[in-house]
Amino acid sequence: MGKISKPMSSPIITQAPPGLQGEGFFATSLDKAVGLARANSIWPLPFATSCCGIEFMATMAANYDMARFGSERLSFSPRQADLLMVMGTIAKKMGPVVRQVYLQMAEPRWVIAVGACASSGGIFDTYSVLQGIDKVVPVDVYVPGCPPRPEQILDGITKIQELVKNESLRRRNSPEYQALMASYGIQ
Amino acid sequence: MAQLSNGHLLNAIQDKFGNAILGAEEPNGLLTLNVNPEKLLELVRFLYNHEEFRFQFLTDICGAHFPDQKGAELASIYHLHSLENNIRIRIKCFLSADHPFVDSLTPLFAAANWQERETFDFYGIIFNGHPNLKRILNVDEMDYHPLRKEYPLEDQTRTDKNDSYFGR
Repeated sequence: MGKISKPMSSPIITQAPPGLQGEGFFATSLDKAVGLARANSIWPLPFATSCCGIEFMATMAANYDMARFGSERLSFSPRQADLLMVMGTIAKKMGPVVRQVYLQMAEPRWVIAVGACASSGGIFDTYSVLQGIDKVVPVDVYVPGCPPRPEQILDGITKIQELVKNESLRRRNSPEYQALMASYGIQ
Repeated sequence: MAQLSNGHLLNAIQDKFGNAILGAEEPNGLLTLNVNPEKLLELVRFLYNHEEFRFQFLTDICGAHFPDQKGAELASIYHLHSLENNIRIRIKCFLSADHPFVDSLTPLFAAANWQERETFDFYGIIFNGHPNLKRILNVDEMDYHPLRKEYPLEDQTRTDKNDSYFGR
């Protein structure tokens, strides 16, 4: 009794960039291939200072499971991190610390500001609180909410993934990027 | 052991310090003295070493600002606790904003160190004899004392609000 095996149809790469696909091969540009790899293995560095950090913990845990998006590997060393996630109120005294962590990250690097406080200072319109982390580091995605639900944080992560996928590999050589960095005093 | 009464305490303090006690009241049963700042350290040392009173626990030091009280705008306020007698006392020193100097309690209480730094940080009260009087909570670059009433609470760099609604 011989086994009958069905011929396998060629696997479809979900959310693949445009390219040439056939039996056992897929061809696209290097930019897109690297972007695809990067976007699906972002290593986040959580910089959690308050309640948004608690929502982030839920985002990482089993119910919401950020691992589904390839980001289960948190990097507590800025050297290996791709994405700085700032979650919570940043006091002015903490501002230089956020900036230093950002400077220690290697390119390519992205920043997401989770919650009202990280985005704009939130309810803490006061002398001691930094009025949004974009006063010290450039921010790619802002997640609103006080605190945002895990779904919103995941939405922010997928927005970052879109950026990562569609970005030029030479982003940091572009004049816009260099002008942005210069505006923050970073070369 | 007989309960130490506020009256007995006040009498003993007035006998010893007389004119330095500028006022005394008892809100909610807490003996509160208004003391000449120059005599503060002496008074606290007396309360600390007194064989009956033994106020040897410094609960709190804080500041206050009364901008309308000319010549006595700032206050440095001390809460002492006698653990042996289970009684508390509050001591206030009023200082002028032009001359906000008062003796440090650090020779008596090590705990006064950070509390006086905090009071300095927020009100600009200078504690004479403090070993390390610098800001403790606010950023070092801050060039004012934020809890003084002439400074606004709101951060002036905020850009996402309509200023006319927030008094800016």
